[in-house]
Amino acid sequence: MRMRSQIRTLLRFELRDEFRGGEVGLVVVPFAVVALLTIPMAVGIDTPLLERIGPGIYWSIIMLFGVLVTQRQSSTAPTAARDMLRLAGVDPAARFAATTLATFVLLVAFEIGAGLATVALYSPALDSWWPLAALLPLTAAGLAMIGTIAGNIVSGLETKTSLVALIVVPIAVPLLLGAAQATEGLRVGAGILRWVLLLAIVDVVLAVAGVLTARPLEESPR
Amino acid sequence: MTSPTVSLRSVAVRKPGALILRSIDLELAPGSATALFGANGSGKTTLLRVVATLLRPSTGTGEVLGAPLGTAAVETVRKRIGLVGHDTTLYPNLTLGENLELAASIVLGRSARTEAHQALEQVGLAAAVDRRAARSSNGMKRRVEFARLLIVAPDLLLLDEAHVGLDPDASKLVEHLITDVTSRGGSALVVAHEEERVKPIVDRTLTLVDGILAGAAS
Repeated sequence: MRMRSQIRTLLRFELRDEFRGGEVGLVVVPFAVVALLTIPMAVGIDTPLLERIGPGIYWSIIMLFGVLVTQRQSSTAPTAARDMLRLAGVDPAARFAATTLATFVLLVAFEIGAGLATVALYSPALDSWWPLAALLPLTAAGLAMIGTIAGNIVSGLETKTSLVALIVVPIAVPLLLGAAQATEGLRVGAGILRWVLLLAIVDVVLAVAGVLTARPLEESPR
Repeated sequence: MTSPTVSLRSVAVRKPGALILRSIDLELAPGSATALFGANGSGKTTLLRVVATLLRPSTGTGEVLGAPLGTAAVETVRKRIGLVGHDTTLYPNLTLGENLELAASIVLGRSARTEAHQALEQVGLAAAVDRRAARSSNGMKRRVEFARLLIVAPDLLLLDEAHVGLDPDASKLVEHLITDVTSRGGSALVVAHEEERVKPIVDRTLTLVDGILAGAAS
């Protein structure tokens, strides 16, 4: 089976499994909305302050709760399921791509859901909204790749759930920085190109690292 | 002389703080079925994973289906290995039919819904095609794994306590899988605890004690 075909097949079934499970829509998004709600409750109805901190809070929530999305069952799949795919002849790079794409789709949906809640609760005033069409997928792609690589690293380890978070969050800092600074640039009318480039470069580096490490990580002793 | 399906020489597996397998020498002849017994923690599953090419030995050498262990060549023979382990490989929110279709599509390299449904029929799950894996019994999930083996038609069959929790019909299915592989000139290695149940369907038995192949009988 060609790699592209393997990716398509795995992606289709992974997404079907995730959407039916509904973990992102029914658990992560509502949990993130509650977290977004706690800040206005803590600082009070200070509209200028909320407008100012809204984008930063949004991206922090995306990073922290996005980890829950990257930890979804299929990206930290049990050893037996991975073994089955290895014996079936799935290319490790194809599995990396399929898992990353599935997580990417879920993260973009999560970003949109949390974004709507942020607009409703914080009313951030951005000069322009259309650059978000690039910022959201760039950030989601980076986070998805970090999550998949972390899932591959901790696969088969007993402490995998907590380890994924420990690996993902520090590596995701450049993504948080790029996304938050770009959105701040949109709020104050400053240039955002360098921050978008930072996100794009991080994504490219992660893609190369993910593809190159997929096989060694899969074949390493567990 | 036909070369063995599996040949291990002085294989050891070391994990942090423990030596799981020690100096294992093992040969599986074509057309043979072997049972592997041993207490919990004796290293049976680890040995099965080595034979399945999923775990690289710390020391020692060997070949599986002609591919030297620890080399990239094992990836070319993996499709000829059928493994059913303790844990389910099924996606919980996919139906039994979809789970088998996924595995079959990857193995066959094309959409394989028809083959998946036919295989489920063969293992007595025709009526449960649309049942989600999460809502299925362990026995049903195990049957799906067997259905996968019917599609793969492996030359090397590896079963890790496959008899546990099976009803008589499903047990017959295990026997059928073993007979099918050996009649085609392949080999089967069956890890089990219930000696009385397994002995009649294998050619020889081995016992693992603390990572050492302590006894062998035909």
